Amino acid sequence: MEETKTTAAQPVIDSKIPEGPVAEKWTNYKAHQKLVNPANKRKLDIIVVGTGLAGASAASTLAEMGFNVLNFCIQDSPRRAHSIAAQGGINAAKNYQNDGDSVYRLFYDTVKGGDYRAREANVYRLAEVSNNIIDQCVAQGVPFAREYGGTLANRSFGGAQVSRTFYAKGQTGQQLLLGAYSSLNRQIQMGKVKSYNRYEMHDVVMIDGRARGIVAKNLVTGKFERFAAHAVVIATGGYGNTYFLSTNAMACNCSAAMACYRKGAYFANPAYVQIHPTCIPVHGDKQSKLTLMSESLRNDGRIWVPKKIEDAKALQAGTKKGSDIPEEDRDYYLERRYPAFGNLVPRDVASRAAKERCDKGFGVNNTGLAVFLDFSEAINRLGIDVVRQRYGNLFDMYEEITDVNPGELGNTINGVKYYNPMMIFPAIHYTMGGIWVDYELQTSVKGLFAIGECNFSDHGANRLGASALMQGLADGYFVLPYTIQNYLSDQIQVPHFSTDLPEFEAVEKACIAEEERIMNIKGTKSVDSIHKELGHIMWEYVGMGRTKEGLEKALKELKRIRKEFDTELFVPGKAGDGMNVELDKAFRLKDFITMGELIAYDALNRNESCGGHFREEYQTEEGEAKRDDKNYFYVSCWNYQGNDDTAPQLIKEPLEYEAIKVQTRNYKS
Amino acid sequence: MKVNLKVWRQAGPKAQGEFKTYSVETDTETSFLETLDILNEQLVEKGEEPIVFDHDCREGICGMCSLYINGHPHGPSTGATTCQLYMRKFQDGETITVEPWRSAAFPVIKDLMVDRNAFDKIQQAGGYVSFNCGGAQDANAIAIPKQIADEAMDSATCIGCGCCVAACKNGSAMLFVSAKVSQFALLPQGKAEAARRAKAMVAKMDELGFGNCTNTGACAAECPKNISLSNIARLNREYICAKVKD
Repeated sequence: MEETKTTAAQPVIDSKIPEGPVAEKWTNYKAHQKLVNPANKRKLDIIVVGTGLAGASAASTLAEMGFNVLNFCIQDSPRRAHSIAAQGGINAAKNYQNDGDSVYRLFYDTVKGGDYRAREANVYRLAEVSNNIIDQCVAQGVPFAREYGGTLANRSFGGAQVSRTFYAKGQTGQQLLLGAYSSLNRQIQMGKVKSYNRYEMHDVVMIDGRARGIVAKNLVTGKFERFAAHAVVIATGGYGNTYFLSTNAMACNCSAAMACYRKGAYFANPAYVQIHPTCIPVHGDKQSKLTLMSESLRNDGRIWVPKKIEDAKALQAGTKKGSDIPEEDRDYYLERRYPAFGNLVPRDVASRAAKERCDKGFGVNNTGLAVFLDFSEAINRLGIDVVRQRYGNLFDMYEEITDVNPGELGNTINGVKYYNPMMIFPAIHYTMGGIWVDYELQTSVKGLFAIGECNFSDHGANRLGASALMQGLADGYFVLPYTIQNYLSDQIQVPHFSTDLPEFEAVEKACIAEEERIMNIKGTKSVDSIHKELGHIMWEYVGMGRTKEGLEKALKELKRIRKEFDTELFVPGKAGDGMNVELDKAFRLKDFITMGELIAYDALNRNESCGGHFREEYQTEEGEAKRDDKNYFYVSCWNYQGNDDTAPQLIKEPLEYEAIKVQTRNYKS
Repeated sequence: MKVNLKVWRQAGPKAQGEFKTYSVETDTETSFLETLDILNEQLVEKGEEPIVFDHDCREGICGMCSLYINGHPHGPSTGATTCQLYMRKFQDGETITVEPWRSAAFPVIKDLMVDRNAFDKIQQAGGYVSFNCGGAQDANAIAIPKQIADEAMDSATCIGCGCCVAACKNGSAMLFVSAKVSQFALLPQGKAEAARRAKAMVAKMDELGFGNCTNTGACAAECPKNISLSNIARLNREYICAKVKD
């Protein structure tokens, strides 16, 4: 296997972090950045790929400012982007609860939650604009949950000791996305946004070293089309579906991000993958995706496994059920290990603790890969009505899938009522890594920007709950629309590009050639069968617990899978003539394989455990992650080397902390 | 368990469609869409084109999945989408009929996939509060009573799947339109444009070929998100008030 290259000439990384103390950087930046005047904005076109929280909010805000926006969406409507499935909430430092919250505390919690691997300046800006997001969404008519007095309600999420999470039932992502979608619709109606639904971006078009357009496939006609603009913004989400099974939607893919990577955009921290602790466990080999149960459940739900191994065995054999086990025989292992945060520890910590118990044989379902999330204590304290009011839709969702209702009485032992617990297990959920961007959210390719989950910018090695929505909307409403002007201000003399230019033609030809190559493999294996193999390798060796040997094995296996794709894939139907769903999936799979390799390279390079990246060689005696700040206090940026078979080059962006003292994460006291 | 899927196949918007019956092995723990996945794998193995259907989040919120299953939009379950339907709702050996949404306003693209672009167009006509980003006042500046906020939330829960149109014998989009009009009519933020919104959205709905409402209630009965019929009453009130002011 090839060594990862670190010695070759290192391109210089300029993160463009403004001068001054961390609390003043954003204010200073805005005061001194270059702007584009209204008459010139009308002359400039911007492509925004994606219509999730980041994409829709950026597209509508840029259009409101006066730019001409072309907005692309892989689904049949912008409203269906996967942000819609976010359940729990959105963080903001409003301190409405008077519990000691502040911009600094949200900043601090996010940096700490990210295991000190995020860029300070970016995180501070995120915390700063968090309050504007809530104001903006309320002004749009987002129906957040409220108290009887009419003020906004809050709840708690993991990794925080304050209640700063705003929510709309268990459908916060839906309501925020529909808010952004409504603003987008207004701009579409006004003709400032042109909306392209059922389109998938295939490549970026470069002219004179700058991103000047894209080639996208019309998924209905099956034809490639060319689009030109002065700048390109990618808002295409994360790469969780590399693992086949994840909580991501079926269409979520990393192909747009991989296209940028192949055009020279660095890919940062790919190893930081979030495994969410509260998902419904895998039930069989026919499963197509995993369902998340909101983190908000951990406000009132208690996570446990049996204390006695014989109880665990009985549960696995199906001779006992959760409600048969009395209080004294339950091991509330999060409360035991992390008394200060209890069930509300961050996701990476909760996931690893679940894995630790299951590895020791205490799993509670037939596969031994599940733990309980129990509401008995909450129902006994608050009554079923109050609990249902808070989590009713999640209970119903759980029942639809598993046929068990967590609100139903299971057993009464010694006068204590025990309700049916949920069964949960960790699953791939979110990716902190992504396309590298500077402070302005510009990638290492001029004129190419990345926002939302698809960049790496704010969460370090682990994202806190209710922070994804915050980051998506921060980037789209309040950051990119400013910073992109600093780039566009000297582009006002550049005329509209023709898509007949040879650069466009060459990219489209390459897309068609690749399509023909895939159609002509004519093997026997379906896209999904190869994707499942890939997912299995990724989960086994590049999942929750990683080792040097495992990662090396994974890299070998991934090469084999790529070969299998190149020689044994079968795609039915035709190319370039109408819809061909299998062909579209094949393109995505090709990129998932490359993505899988990137994750493995990064995980292998990072000889430490931090956040979502856990190397089993690097842990304390108590099983906590052991960071190595001396050697790995940097962002790993991976630079493409011209083809998918060559190992990428590692470039390091050193982290500099001014405001926060870097220390070991502690959720115990 | 084994089921027979009697599925509508149609090569393109203008092609002649037909039912084809396929036998597929599945189990009670597997979802209905996963059963279609299994069938599609079998078709690909045989070198045939898989059945095209819309789906994405597979957890009942994106509104992408559709399907008329055994005569019901989103299948036999109530308050759930097709992606939340599990095979335990069916009998071993059962023949299950699967059709696309049936409505003139939602033309078939291929097999079970339809074009619901008309819904976006209705929203573009007025489904928003005209507020540019930046400069919003503090979120707590206007108190909105919990009851009103909750009611608005119930209306805003609509996922725009088109089930109401498919269920309606007239192909009316009234439940869909009324959910958005209600959300904004209830909230103070939406009041300024309430009259214009109701008229614009209803006019667009009529223009796009959706039918009229005759208060049958099939829309609300089949709605996967239990959007209430009272939204339609509110839309009618908003619309009449707006027209009277003209």
